[in-house]
Amino acid sequence: MTKTVATTPSTAAASIEKPVPHLGRLDAIGYLICLGGIVRRELLRFFNQKERFFSALVRPLVWLFIFAAGFRNTLGVSIEPPYQTYVLYEVYVVPGLAVMIQLFNGMQSSLSMVYDREVGSMKVLLTSPYPRWLLLLAKLIAGVTVSVVQAYAFLAIAWFWDLDIPAIGYVAALPAFIASGLMLGAIGLLLSSMVKQLENFASVMNFVIFPMFFASSALYPLWRIRESSETLYMICMANPFSHAVQLVRFALYGQFEPIACAVVVGTTIAFFTLAVIAYDPGRGIMARRGGPAGDTA
Amino acid sequence: MSDAPGASAALDVAGVSHRFGARAALSDVSIRVERGRFMALLGPNGAGKTTLFSVITRLYASQDGRVSIFGHGLDREPSRALARLGVVFQARTLDTDLTVEQNLLYHASLHGIGRKAAKARIAVLLARVGLSDRRDDKVRTLSGGQSRRIEIARSLVHEPKLLLLDEPTVGLDLESRADIVAIVRALVREEGLSVLWATHIFEEIDGADDAVVLHKGRIVARGTANSIAQGDESLEAAFRRLVAEPPRQAA
Ligand SMILES: Nc1ncnc2c1ncn2[C@@H]1O[C@H](COP(=O)(O)OP(=O)(O)O)[C@@H](O)[C@H]1O
Ligand SMILES: [Mg+2]
Repeated sequence: MTKTVATTPSTAAASIEKPVPHLGRLDAIGYLICLGGIVRRELLRFFNQKERFFSALVRPLVWLFIFAAGFRNTLGVSIEPPYQTYVLYEVYVVPGLAVMIQLFNGMQSSLSMVYDREVGSMKVLLTSPYPRWLLLLAKLIAGVTVSVVQAYAFLAIAWFWDLDIPAIGYVAALPAFIASGLMLGAIGLLLSSMVKQLENFASVMNFVIFPMFFASSALYPLWRIRESSETLYMICMANPFSHAVQLVRFALYGQFEPIACAVVVGTTIAFFTLAVIAYDPGRGIMARRGGPAGDTA
Repeated sequence: MSDAPGASAALDVAGVSHRFGARAALSDVSIRVERGRFMALLGPNGAGKTTLFSVITRLYASQDGRVSIFGHGLDREPSRALARLGVVFQARTLDTDLTVEQNLLYHASLHGIGRKAAKARIAVLLARVGLSDRRDDKVRTLSGGQSRRIEIARSLVHEPKLLLLDEPTVGLDLESRADIVAIVRALVREEGLSVLWATHIFEEIDGADDAVVLHKGRIVARGTANSIAQGDESLEAAFRRLVAEPPRQAA
C-alpha cells in the first residue's frame, strides 16, 4: 500500500504542518553522540565486571606457560616469514594467543547482544532514531576497544618471555589488532542474530570458537600442517582467523601482509553487512526471536 | 496519512496486521491518538497489545498497514517518527548494574542529546517522578515502583510528545500504581503529552478517556470509556462482555 516515491520526507500534509519539536538532534553530531553513548555504556558495563577482564588474560597466559615449558624443543625449529631466525615455539604462538583473546571477546560481545535481547535493553537501543547500521557499528567499536586493550595487556605480560618483538612492532600491531578485532566482532554480531537463546551459546563455543582457533595458523605454522594433511591445510587457509593471526604476526615484526589484510577486511565487511540485514526490522529478527518472549504474561 | 485538514494525530495506526507464523496476532487494527489525549488500550493477556507496541516502535516491520507519528510515517521517515516517540516497555529494560543517571544519559545519547543538555533535562525529570535523591544509586537498589518511575523519566528524556506505556503498573503495589497513574496524567494535563496506555486494569481509566478494546488481535470497541459501557453497565462489565464474545470488528 505504500509506494516509496522518494526518500525525501513527507507528503503535502506534513510539509505544510510545522513539525512537532523534540530535544534530540538527527544530524552528524547526533550520530557521534549516539556512537559515543553506546561505546560508553559497553565500557561501563565491562569495567563493572573485572573478573571478565582477568579471566580473558589468564587463559592465554596459562597456555603460553604450558607451551613454553612443554613444547620448547619439539616445535622449536622453523624459519618462515616474518621470522628471520629459528624461533622458539612460545615466540611463535604469542600472536595467535593475542588474537585468541579477541576471538573470545568477539563471542563475549555476541553473547551480551543475545542477553540484551532477552532482558529487553535491545529494544531500548533499537528505538533510537538512528539507523540500525550505526547502532550495530557502535556496538562493534565498543567491543573492539575492549579487545585491543586486552590484547595489549597480554603482550605486556608476555614480554617477560623474551619475545624479541621490536618496539616498532608494538605500534604497527595496533591497526592489525583493530582490524582483527573488527572482523571477529562482526562475526560475533552475525552469530548473535542467529542464536535464539543464551543457552545455545555452548554450541557456539564448540562449533565456532574451537574449530576457528585450532584449524588455523595460531598454534602451528601452516607448512607443518600441510605436511600431515592437505585437506586440513586448505581448511586452515580458508579460515579467516588464520589470516587475522598472520596479519598480527607480521605487523608485530614490522611487516605488512597484504593478502591477510584483504581477507580480514573483506570478511569484516561481509559479516557486518549480513548482521545489518539480519537486524533490519523487515527481516524480523526481533519478531522471530527474542520478541516479546518474557513479555507475554 | 490522515485525511484531516488540521494537525495530524499524535499516533495514527491504520489497518495494521501482524502474524507470527500461522497465528494472527493483530488483524486490521486502526487506532488514532489525538494530540494531548490519554487513550487506554484495553485488552486481556494475549490480546496483542505488546505486539502492537512492537510494530509502533519499529521492532517489527508492520506486515500490513501504516503507522505514523505526528504525520511522520514509520516506513518512510522512521528517524523523525522515533525521535518524537517515548516508550515504556512491559519488560524491565534498565541496566541494573548502572546508576540511574548512567541509564538516563545512555538513553539521551541514543537520541543525540549532548551530556550537558541531558543532565539538565534529567534533573527536571527526576524531580518530576520524585526520585532526585536516587540519581547516583545503582538501579538494582530500587524497588519495582521506583524503577518504573525511572523508566518513565527515561522515556521522556528526548522530550517526545507521544508516550506509549505497556502495562506500566503490572506487578506493583497499590500505592506505586497510583503514583504512576498520577505522574502520567499530570504530564497529559500540564504538558499536553499524548499517551497510549495499554492495560487490563479498569481502575486506571477515567470515564472521559478515549479507549479501545483489543481482543484476539482485533479492535472490538472504541469511544470514550463511558460510551463503551451500555446503559448503567460499568466499564468492567462492558469489558467482560466484549472479551467473552468471539471478536467482531468494531466500526
Ligand atoms: N515472538 C512471538 N512469537 C510467536 N507468537 C507470539 C510472539 N509474541 C507474541 N505472540 C503471540 O501473539 C499473541 C499476542 O501477544 P501479546 O502481543 O504479547 O499480547 P498482550 O501484550 O496483549 O498480552 C499471543 O497469542 C502471543 O502468544
Ligand atoms: Mg503484553
